[in-house]
Amino acid sequence: MSSENKREVSEAPSSGPNVQEDSSEDIEGFIQVRNLWKVFGRDVKRVLSPKMRKLSKEAIQEKTGCVIGMREISLDVNKGEFYILMGLSGSGKSTLIRSLIRLNEPTSGSIIVNNTDVTKLGKEEILDFRKTTYGMVFQHYGLFPHMTVLDNAAYGLKVKGLPKGERYAKAMQSLETVGLKGWEDYYPGALSGGMQQRVGLARALANEPDVLLMDEPFSGLDPLIRRQMQDELVELQGKLQKTIIFVTHDLHEALKLGDRIAIMRDGSIVQIGTPEQIVTEPADDYVHEFVRDASPAKVLTAGTIMQEPEVLLYAWEGPNTAIHMLQANKREAAFVVDKTLRLLGVATIERLKPLASEKKKNAKIPPEAIRGVPTVREDSYIEELFSIVNANPYPIPVTDESGKLLGVVKTDTIFETIKSDEEEKHD
Amino acid sequence: MIEFPEVISIPLADWIDTIMNWLLTNLDEFFDIIGFIILQVMLAFENFFTIVPWFVIIILVFLAGWKFLGKWYDGFSFALMLFAIGTFGYWDLAMRTLSLVFAAVIFSLLIGLPIGIIMARSDKAESIIKPILDGMQTMPSFVYLIPALMFFGLGKVPAIIATIIYAVPPVIRLTNVGIRTVDKEAVEAALAFGATPRMVLFDVQLPLAKPSIMVGVNQTTMMALAMVVIGSMIGAKGLGMEVLLSINRIEVGRGFEAGISIVLLAIIIDRLTHSFAKNDYTNSTEK
Repeated sequence: MSSENKREVSEAPSSGPNVQEDSSEDIEGFIQVRNLWKVFGRDVKRVLSPKMRKLSKEAIQEKTGCVIGMREISLDVNKGEFYILMGLSGSGKSTLIRSLIRLNEPTSGSIIVNNTDVTKLGKEEILDFRKTTYGMVFQHYGLFPHMTVLDNAAYGLKVKGLPKGERYAKAMQSLETVGLKGWEDYYPGALSGGMQQRVGLARALANEPDVLLMDEPFSGLDPLIRRQMQDELVELQGKLQKTIIFVTHDLHEALKLGDRIAIMRDGSIVQIGTPEQIVTEPADDYVHEFVRDASPAKVLTAGTIMQEPEVLLYAWEGPNTAIHMLQANKREAAFVVDKTLRLLGVATIERLKPLASEKKKNAKIPPEAIRGVPTVREDSYIEELFSIVNANPYPIPVTDESGKLLGVVKTDTIFETIKSDEEEKHD
Repeated sequence: MIEFPEVISIPLADWIDTIMNWLLTNLDEFFDIIGFIILQVMLAFENFFTIVPWFVIIILVFLAGWKFLGKWYDGFSFALMLFAIGTFGYWDLAMRTLSLVFAAVIFSLLIGLPIGIIMARSDKAESIIKPILDGMQTMPSFVYLIPALMFFGLGKVPAIIATIIYAVPPVIRLTNVGIRTVDKEAVEAALAFGATPRMVLFDVQLPLAKPSIMVGVNQTTMMALAMVVIGSMIGAKGLGMEVLLSINRIEVGRGFEAGISIVLLAIIIDRLTHSFAKNDYTNSTEK
C-alpha cells in the first residue's frame, strides 16, 4: 500500500499523458515502459528529486541509504516480438519483468500494456488484468507439487473461474502443445527438470495470454536439455506468435532466441538492439565485454558476409564465351545462372572445353557442363556453412526461395570473420 | 547496601490480582458461556468414548494404525497397548483422559490455526505474537492452573482451559513456519495468474504447509496429554488423578500402572498424528 501511495505522489508533477485518450494509433509498442524507477528504501522521494536522479547508484546509496532497482527504464515491445532482457544478476532484469505484472510495485513511471496503464490499476483490477493478459514462467518452475500435472496446467483457468470440464480440456490441449501428453496424472515431483518447465510453460499457455513473461526459464536446466528447450520454444513461437518477454543472463540464449535484446546494468538499460547489432556494434565497453565470448559464427548470417560473385556465367551465352570469361579472369570455375538469375550450378573449364571444341554454334551452356552445388539462404548462420565449406572447394552461393542467386560467401571471408573474433579473445 | 532496597518495589502481584478481580466481577457471564461450550464439547467426547464398547474402540485403533502407518502390525501393536491399559483396570479413566485431550486439542486448533495464518501473513503480527508464545512456553505449566481455577472453579473445564493455553503454541508456530517456508515461486505463480490472497492461501499455502502444520498438531496433542495429567490436580478425572493419588499414598505399583497407561496412550496418539505429517507427492497416481 505504502509504495502505491509513493508512486502516485512522485508521479504527480509529471502528470503523464493519459494513455486511454492518447493512444491515437497502434504504431507504438504493444508494451510501452516509460521512465520506470524502482527504489528500495525509506527515503524514496528524495532519490527521485531532480538533483539526486542524476547521481550514480553508489552515490545515491551512500547519501540516502536507498538501493536503486530500476532507473529510468523506457522500452517498447511490439506485438508478437520475442524480447530479451539480459544482464548479470542484480542488474534489475527480474525487477523489471516482475514490475510488468506488478509482483513488484515500481516506484515511479508508467507501464502501458495493450493500452492500459498497469501501474494505475487498483487491487482488484490488477488481478483481472493478470488473468487476461499474462502468462508467467518461473526459473524454478513455481509448480504446485500437491497438484497433478493436469491440475497445475489448469490452475490459471481455475482462477479465471472456468468450469471443470472446459479447463481440463484446455489444459490438456496446452500440455499436448508442449509435448507432455500422457503425463497429466503424474505429480510434478515425478518429472525431470525439463519436463517440469514444460508444465510451467503449459500452465502459462493454457491461459492464452497476450504476453508471455519468462523469468530465466531455462537457467536451471542441464545444457543439453536447455538447448533442446530453446529450440522447441523457437518452434513454438513460430506457431503461436506471442509477445514474449524473456529474462536471461546467458548471451547465447539471448542471441539465439531474441528478436531484440535489451542489455541491463545496475538497473539501467545500456543498449537495445537486434542480436546482430549487439554483437557487431556494442554500445559501450560493458556490452563489448559481454559479447566478446559470443562467436560470430552463431550470430552472423550468410546474408551479412556475402559478396557479389566476381565472375558470373550466363547460361545463354554459350560455352565459348564461358571459357573466355574464365580464362580472362584466370578462373577454373564459376557459377552459372539463367535469365532470371536463378542459380543453375558450377561450370568448370575442364567440363566446358570438350563441349566448346565441337564448334557448334551452341546458344547455351549445355546442362551436362553444369554441376549442382549446395546452397544456403540469406538467414543461415555461419555455423551452418562449416560443413559445406568442408566438402566443397567453391565459395558458397546464397540464394532466395526461388533459387535466385543473391551472392556468394567465400571460404576466406568465413575464416576471417571467425579469426577476428579469436584475436579479440586473446587480447 | 548489600540487600536490594525494599523501597524500590513494583507490586506486580497486586496489579495482577486487581485485574483478575475486576475480570471476575465484570466478565463472569462471559466465562460462564465459554465454560459451558467447552464442557459440552468435552461431554460429547466423553459420551462417545464411554458408550462405544471397548472392543470396538480397539478394533478402530487397529484399523487406523493399519491404514495410516501402512503396516498391519503397527495397528496390531496399538490394539495390544490399548488392551494392556484395559487389563490394568484403567479403561474408563483412559477414555476420560482421551476425551479431555481431544476437547483441548480441538479448541487449540480452532484458536491456533487462524493465529498461525495471521502471523504468517504479517511480519508485524509475527513480531508481536512470537514473544507471547515464547513466554507461554517457558511459563511453568502449573501457573496456568491458578487463573483457570479462579475463573472456572474446580473440575474439567479449568483443566481443559489450562491445557489449551499450554498446548496451543506449537500449532501456531508451526502453522506460521509452514506457510512462510512454502516455495516463494509457487506463491508468486498463483499470484501471477491473478489469484486472490484467499485463493493463494487455500490452493497453495495451506496444502503445502500441511506437513509442517501436522507436526504442530502432533506436538500440540502430546503437550495436551501431558497437561491433562497435571490438570488432575484441580479435579479433572483421569489417569493423572491415579498417579496423583498413588503419590499421596505411596503406592508404587499403582503409580506405575497408571504411568505406563499414560505412556501407552501417548505412543498411540503420537504415532497416529505423526503419520499425517508425512506427505509425499513424488509418486505418480495409480492409473
